[in-house]
Amino acid sequence: MTNAQVETHAPSSEVTSSSTKSGLSKRSRDILAGVVITLIGLAVLIFWLIPFAYMVTTSLKSLEQMQNPRILPESPATIEFDGKELEVYEVPMPDGSMQELALFKPGRESSLFVDPNNLSAEPIEWEGRWRQLDPAYHLDFQWQNYPEAWKAVEFPLLVRNTFLIALFGIIGTALSSTLVAYGFARFPIPYKNTLFLILISTIVLPRQVTLIPTYIIFSRLGWVGTWLPLIVPHFFANAYNVFLLRQYFLTVPKEMDEAAYIDGANPLRVLWSVILPQSWPVIIAVSISHLIFAWNDYFEPLIYLRARPDLQPISVGIQEFNFLYSTRPELLQATSLLALIIPVVAFFLAQKYFMQGIVFTGVDK
Amino acid sequence: MTVFDEARDLDVRGERRSERGSLEKQMGRWGLLFISPWLIGFFFLTLLPMAASFAMTFTNFNVTQPDAISFIGLDNYRRLFTDSDLRAALEATFKFFLLAIPISIIQPILMAGLLNAGALRGRRFFTTLFYMTYMVPVVSAILIWGGMLNGQTGWINRFLAIFGVNGPDWLKSTTWVYPGLILIGLWGVGNAMLFTFIGMRNVPHELYEAAEVDGAGYLRKTWNITLPLITPIIFYNLVLSVIGLFQYFTIPYIVSRGTGEPGNATLFYNIHFYRTAFRFQDMGYGATLAWLLFAIVMIFTLLIFWSARYWVYSPGGSE
Repeated sequence: MTNAQVETHAPSSEVTSSSTKSGLSKRSRDILAGVVITLIGLAVLIFWLIPFAYMVTTSLKSLEQMQNPRILPESPATIEFDGKELEVYEVPMPDGSMQELALFKPGRESSLFVDPNNLSAEPIEWEGRWRQLDPAYHLDFQWQNYPEAWKAVEFPLLVRNTFLIALFGIIGTALSSTLVAYGFARFPIPYKNTLFLILISTIVLPRQVTLIPTYIIFSRLGWVGTWLPLIVPHFFANAYNVFLLRQYFLTVPKEMDEAAYIDGANPLRVLWSVILPQSWPVIIAVSISHLIFAWNDYFEPLIYLRARPDLQPISVGIQEFNFLYSTRPELLQATSLLALIIPVVAFFLAQKYFMQGIVFTGVDK
Repeated sequence: MTVFDEARDLDVRGERRSERGSLEKQMGRWGLLFISPWLIGFFFLTLLPMAASFAMTFTNFNVTQPDAISFIGLDNYRRLFTDSDLRAALEATFKFFLLAIPISIIQPILMAGLLNAGALRGRRFFTTLFYMTYMVPVVSAILIWGGMLNGQTGWINRFLAIFGVNGPDWLKSTTWVYPGLILIGLWGVGNAMLFTFIGMRNVPHELYEAAEVDGAGYLRKTWNITLPLITPIIFYNLVLSVIGLFQYFTIPYIVSRGTGEPGNATLFYNIHFYRTAFRFQDMGYGATLAWLLFAIVMIFTLLIFWSARYWVYSPGGSE
């Protein structure tokens, strides 16, 4: 069978490396490479993160502010003067500087302005057409968008629903996947390899194939419109988690099991006192990955909880809100931020465990 | 090493070969007990429903009138050939396939390659921030990118306008909706990127050193060492991407509100399935669509597995 060849022997005629051609020393070339690569990284990172800036700025705008060309939430500035509201403009002064002045008495060819910072001073006469001036913008954050979005989506209810569904699911999948992984890692089960292969191959089985009969069964049981269809199946283990846990359990030295057996422990005891104490990181990784799954799962909550807005998790709940409020982008962006803040903050607090799941999946050294 | 190799290689490290006898039997029973949650679940939540769903493909079962069920032979299968929505769904799915699958392979490699570049400063900083977006709930990502892609007020078109480019109304155009959907999905690269990155870190240093002695430059080292050695991970990403693509649902469903707009461009296979089985409650035909999907996914998966021998590096030589 052919394999991709790892060619370590390049034609030797190319031995003259580029380093000798360029006049730079190795050290300064390294520094240059570092600067270039890091700048490329920063450029990609800006593209990567700029939607967050869009979200935050939009979420603090009013509908009016959305129409003006400013990036930040800004409004044309006005001041109170003599009981009237005056608009502030960017006025070019004779000395070439720009000054923010409030339009007091507009005229065709020249207008009177007052200095907003010095209202008691004489009005300034300015020659020119005021209609060609740019209005001055001042920051004007619409903080009230957040409480409004919070109430409109019933955020506390959605978070509660999501957390509870996730919590029961985590208990189910951590418990069952641990037992199953332990079984596959340590015991001489008949047809073990075949069974494990079947387990792994369920990864490629599209869930649509089992969905309709499962839905009918759950609906006969009266489970449609409850959380049970979103929780109970997780008590029967799944391929990814079993694989991950089994990989980890295999790294626990078997001599430790054997020592416990000699002391009279049974297999459950060995799991509890030998395997589990060393496996918390991977169990946490499995739990977190289920939390992310529950936070994002959309298809099944949509099918099972369509008629029960009071039980919907955040994914479906926000979506319903999105349908209703499509003309209020600022509220949609405020809601996006509310929905992502918990998982993202949790990620920064527990990065180590979040990324561990991947590391454990065991890319062999 | 991928999940699949692992399953295949299991017998190499088979457990407790040396201790046979009654102890082994007893331990076997314990083992069965431990894996019983999966065995029970596999039987009741996978095998039985699969059989039932296959049987349903020969019926006109509708969940609102369960008693009116009758055997209709191959009618559902004939209907596959006349279902114009199915044709649209297959067309949309395969069009998107051509764009999405290459990107889902190349994007993790490029990003992991950046993270793996020897000269990069602040590696941890970059890794954390690139991975972080994986935590953003899909619904939030859709709302945020949906706003960015807005034809009038979105930042992407405003940015293009700086260069005098008149950007399209992304999610409302039958052509531009696909790149738009890709952009919405970019943030989900997290695991694939990290996985690829770890694969690259694990390439033995001696290989690069040997290549440098022979005068290989960056491109040559990447092409002849890094890429061949991470083909198992590319293989794994490819399998998961293809499976994921045929189940693509949340993003297009929310973007188009389940209508398949614009045109039928976002009427992806799974959306057609959802509408048939759950909105119209036409479950007999829905089950047929599910089995057709299964068949398509199996064909692709088998093709990928078959092709693996020609391009996936396996340590320790053949087989």
